[in-house]
Amino acid sequence: MFGWEFPPYKSGGLGTACYDLTKGLSRQDVDVTFVMPVAPDGAKADFVKLKGTNNLTKNIKVRKINSILTPYQTSNSYDDAFSKIKVAQPGTKSTKDVYGTNLYDEVYRYSIAAEFIAGEEDYDVIHVHDWMTYKAGMNAKKVSGKPLVAHIHATEFDRTGGNPNQVISHIEYEGLKAADVVIANSNWTKDNVMKCYSIPSEKIEVVHWGIDPENPWYGINEKSPFRDEKLVLFLGRITIQKGPDYFVEAANKVLKHVPNTKFMVAGSGDMFGRMVNRAGELGILDKFMFTGFLTGADVHKAFQMADLYVMPSVSEPFGLVALESMKNGTPILISKQSGASEVVNHALKADFWDVDEMTNKIVNVLQYPELLEELKENTVRESAKFNLDEPAKKTLRIYEKAIARVR
Amino acid sequence: MVNICFYFQVHQPFRMRKYSVFEIGKNQNYFDDHKNIEVLRKVARKCYIPANNLMLELLHRHPGFKIAYSLSGVFIEQCEKWAPEVLESFKKLAATGRVEFLSETYYHSLAYLFSKDEFKEQVELHRKKIQEHFNCTPTVFRNTELIYNNEIANFVESMGFKGIISEGWDKVLGWRSPNFLYRPKTTKTIKLLMKNYKLSDDIAFRFSNRGWEEWPLTTDKFCQWVNSFNGNGECINLFMDYETLGEHQWEDTGIFEFMRHLPGEILKHNDNKFKTPSELIAELDVKDEVDCHSMISWADVERDLSAWLGNRIQQSSAGRIYSIEKDIKKLADPALLNDWRKLQTSDHFYYMCTKWFSDGDVHKYFNPYDSPYDSFINFMNIMNDLILRIKSDPKNSPLAAPVDIKSDISKKEECERGGTNVQ
Repeated sequence: MFGWEFPPYKSGGLGTACYDLTKGLSRQDVDVTFVMPVAPDGAKADFVKLKGTNNLTKNIKVRKINSILTPYQTSNSYDDAFSKIKVAQPGTKSTKDVYGTNLYDEVYRYSIAAEFIAGEEDYDVIHVHDWMTYKAGMNAKKVSGKPLVAHIHATEFDRTGGNPNQVISHIEYEGLKAADVVIANSNWTKDNVMKCYSIPSEKIEVVHWGIDPENPWYGINEKSPFRDEKLVLFLGRITIQKGPDYFVEAANKVLKHVPNTKFMVAGSGDMFGRMVNRAGELGILDKFMFTGFLTGADVHKAFQMADLYVMPSVSEPFGLVALESMKNGTPILISKQSGASEVVNHALKADFWDVDEMTNKIVNVLQYPELLEELKENTVRESAKFNLDEPAKKTLRIYEKAIARVR
Repeated sequence: MVNICFYFQVHQPFRMRKYSVFEIGKNQNYFDDHKNIEVLRKVARKCYIPANNLMLELLHRHPGFKIAYSLSGVFIEQCEKWAPEVLESFKKLAATGRVEFLSETYYHSLAYLFSKDEFKEQVELHRKKIQEHFNCTPTVFRNTELIYNNEIANFVESMGFKGIISEGWDKVLGWRSPNFLYRPKTTKTIKLLMKNYKLSDDIAFRFSNRGWEEWPLTTDKFCQWVNSFNGNGECINLFMDYETLGEHQWEDTGIFEFMRHLPGEILKHNDNKFKTPSELIAELDVKDEVDCHSMISWADVERDLSAWLGNRIQQSSAGRIYSIEKDIKKLADPALLNDWRKLQTSDHFYYMCTKWFSDGDVHKYFNPYDSPYDSFINFMNIMNDLILRIKSDPKNSPLAAPVDIKSDISKKEECERGGTNVQ
């Protein structure tokens, strides 16, 4: 499996998904060789120490490739990382000799390194996660002739609000085309893959994501410091995909009805400045709190403090955070343009562009404690149905099908 | 001797339109006429018209055939506006003299549970409506969704009714059969008709269920079941939604053919008769006293109030709507009063039910909202506008201009005549 480093290191949904899937597969007695890029300043992931994974060491093997690739990287953010990197042994090699000079070179370099590993290991299926690992998977398939399962957690169209980078979307296309089976994390993603890349429906399997109920952070029960003010939370990358601008517009309208409301923004991203500026322009900056990028327990504390979590994503392939919010007992308002909305019943839903409807719902939640309580109770109850075993079982069945098909 | 008593419930709510928080104070148009017309006409096409035609045919063919209906006031009102042909076809049925109409709350509401005054007024409004169209006065009462207990029976008796209808729920009946008349505890004269839910639901719910071991249900088979009660039951009460015919059970399930042959098949047996509720009450004696303390209904497996008042948002919204009764009535504004009452229709609270929402079943099928929470939000927005209308009424302003007594009186008279909208 070609995946990404696990939380808490530079995690987003992708790292969590890889971690959870590996853990789930391990419980299904699947042996996994997990290959991941490891940058010199990171490299903290250690399976043995991960909680609740007693048997993981038995059937999980980790292979690391030195690389400064991280999920959600763009050309610019790669250049940034490249310029900051210091090679371990100064004088012997320059950064240029070790890492690719731009994102695409690095992806290429990574795929070559992956090819070597693929030749050394013994396995039945190759499983890759998102475009940066697709070339690695294609090379591994070339070497071994084993079936390739391309997991897609987000298309380039999702990440960019419909303005894809041509190089990336081309790599994505090639990977999906070369794959024997594509796993999409929702029907929303499946539709996008069919629309954007003309991949036939029969080739795409949908595996909705679950969450790890054993996570001890769910029980922290952090309280909001505000006694007379309700707290509405935005949590996610502050990028066009996540709809932060719609959150600010809705906040402005909510405040006209319920002035004693605070809005917490947890995350970082390229639209941060725009978000702050817009809130300032509307004269509501004093109602906002920006926490920056949160990791580990802090993520869960943020959910626990909030009265309502809002996920106004323009295009959300799944939206694992929505389930995490529910597990933390915080009701959610999520965009209909999300995979999570396919599997969650006890949630408020609105179109991401429908700021008025979002406002309508937020205002009512803030005004009526009975609505908040009812949502809370059912949110917690419903979150019990999400776990890691179901997605792992489904994935295993897909492996079996893929193996049979290639034979 | 077995008497078969058919009663069909006919009801359509005034569904609300999508009403956002931004409209509060600006828009007094609460109801989705477009949607209501669409539903009414669809159900008329699939059920009301073909079913009424069938019933008329059966009434003509079998002089012994009889049926009862309970038409909610809001259903009749919608027919007056948008489907007069449906109302006409009910009148044709009434003209045979073998069709009985039952009493209920005009607004198909939960009023009894919150305000006895309001309850009485709605029953009275319904009586007037039935008299206006069918020229008869109901003597048997059925509460919304068969919500029932001793106290309701007692109260309804004091209003002069001779009979009341309830679910024949095992927990209330114990070892007894629903196929006799009973006396509700604490009452003196009123008689209780209890629904035989097994036989009723065989038609209403299981008829087209291919997983059911008795599928397909034929008239032969059903009549055998009915005949088997000969000697150990006096009346078999088959109570169900009228929409069973053609809407819940689609035409292609054979439901109309089943109904077409049922009366003839039942009447083949000389001991079998069809009777309306008031005939049963006149002819049969009660066999025992039935004691029912807690509220029962005919809904869901629980047979309690949880479909309408099971969670916080239902209890709170229903409580709030009745809490403004005095303020509304003080203003004597017919339009305001009518809007308020339409908000009381039980369907609005049914839409807010969360108990089966995760599984997505029958509640979802009847629900115009995506979720129970959306339904609550919409309801509260509209109620807030209603409250704003109360507050902004000049009569409630401390600085109100001197009241023009003359015009005020004429307004009141108009209101009492049930007159036109006064804004």
